[in-house]
Amino acid sequence: MTSALQATDLGKRYGRKWALNSCTLDIPTGRVVGLVGPNGAGKSTLLQLAVGLLTPSSGTITVLDERPASSAEQLGRIGYVAQDTPIYPGLSIGAHLHMGAALNSNWDAQLADRRIRDLALDPRQHAGRLSGGQRAQLALTLAIAKRPSLLLMDEPVAALDPLARREFLAILMEVVADQEVSVILSSHLVADLERVSDYLVVLAASQVQVNGDIEELLATHHRLVGSRREIDNFPDAVQVIESSHTERQSTVTVRSVDPILDPTWSVESLTLEDLVLAYMSQAEVQRRDLVRTNGGAR
Amino acid sequence: MIEFRLNGNSGVSPYQQIVQQVKSALRLGQLRIGDQLPTVKEVVGKIAINPNTVLKAYRELEHEGLVAARPGIGTFVVNSFDETTYAAQRTLRRSLEVWIEKARRAGLDDESIEALFVDTFLFSPKELVR
Repeated sequence: MTSALQATDLGKRYGRKWALNSCTLDIPTGRVVGLVGPNGAGKSTLLQLAVGLLTPSSGTITVLDERPASSAEQLGRIGYVAQDTPIYPGLSIGAHLHMGAALNSNWDAQLADRRIRDLALDPRQHAGRLSGGQRAQLALTLAIAKRPSLLLMDEPVAALDPLARREFLAILMEVVADQEVSVILSSHLVADLERVSDYLVVLAASQVQVNGDIEELLATHHRLVGSRREIDNFPDAVQVIESSHTERQSTVTVRSVDPILDPTWSVESLTLEDLVLAYMSQAEVQRRDLVRTNGGAR
Repeated sequence: MIEFRLNGNSGVSPYQQIVQQVKSALRLGQLRIGDQLPTVKEVVGKIAINPNTVLKAYRELEHEGLVAARPGIGTFVVNSFDETTYAAQRTLRRSLEVWIEKARRAGLDDESIEALFVDTFLFSPKELVR
């Protein structure tokens, strides 16, 4: 098995609007992938396509080299925690575990019981009365006790307070250290992703803006600051992501494998947050330009 | 056993921070030969970082000959910086404390004290003692 998720020209359309468009990705296994982008960018759509809750309008997607939801075995290899970590409020914690055991052939009851004990939760307690953090932990327990090879999580920590968030991510990282599991995790919180992920996918305006190994991405992106100038004379190997100008100064974010040697630029490295923001604002600029050009037409 | 921490604003990559913290602990005698480093699972369970980050840091320390991994048991310190300096460090620290106390009494604020120390350190002759 080589790919956790592979998408070719993948698209999903709701009516006339494309929620996800010409998305091509090849995410290797064994990574913790941070999926980041503004609201409505298509993150949840991509995850739901990967689980098989949605079917593509165009293109193809495979997870762990198989079509999503193609068989019970395939589903058993995928753990999915939907947005807002849903649980059944009327059921007890114990009933959740019982259900997990009945529905999954690989269910690791020992692991599930130990996790509930470690969290100091009472199995008789109704899930509806758990705190946000406890709910998220219960959802994570259900997802990992089925011993998945791929764990997909849609904003699992968005609603949690900082302590609960940190605890959730710490346990997730323990799972990654312990089991051979690939993780794809969507989040707005780049600072969290910077800690836990080693692979990044930026989705904006329904399209993949950039994806790859985080270390590699950080090593090949630079911020150039220098006196005001036109920026169309970079060599072909240098890709301009974003630029801004004042009367006297130009600031340009570029992607380049080769180092920038032009001495008239001062070259700075980017943080992951800088990088994500550069791609998100590039997408936003393109969107506004598009609206402006099509503006009168509709 | 040492405990790692992560500074999000330092501009130093997480794996480099771990490498630096181990080296600093070795220099200060907080880690000695034979000591075990926390396991990858212990580290990630505490500071919520990617396990590969810890592995990468440990591999670099191993490459530099400071630690060795014993499969199934853990990672241990096998080499350190000059341990004979530990004793000297104590008296040096004491005289530095006296110096800092004097600087405070002379009215220097923290930044001035640090600047004065770093400046003096950088411009002091390097090969004075043989």
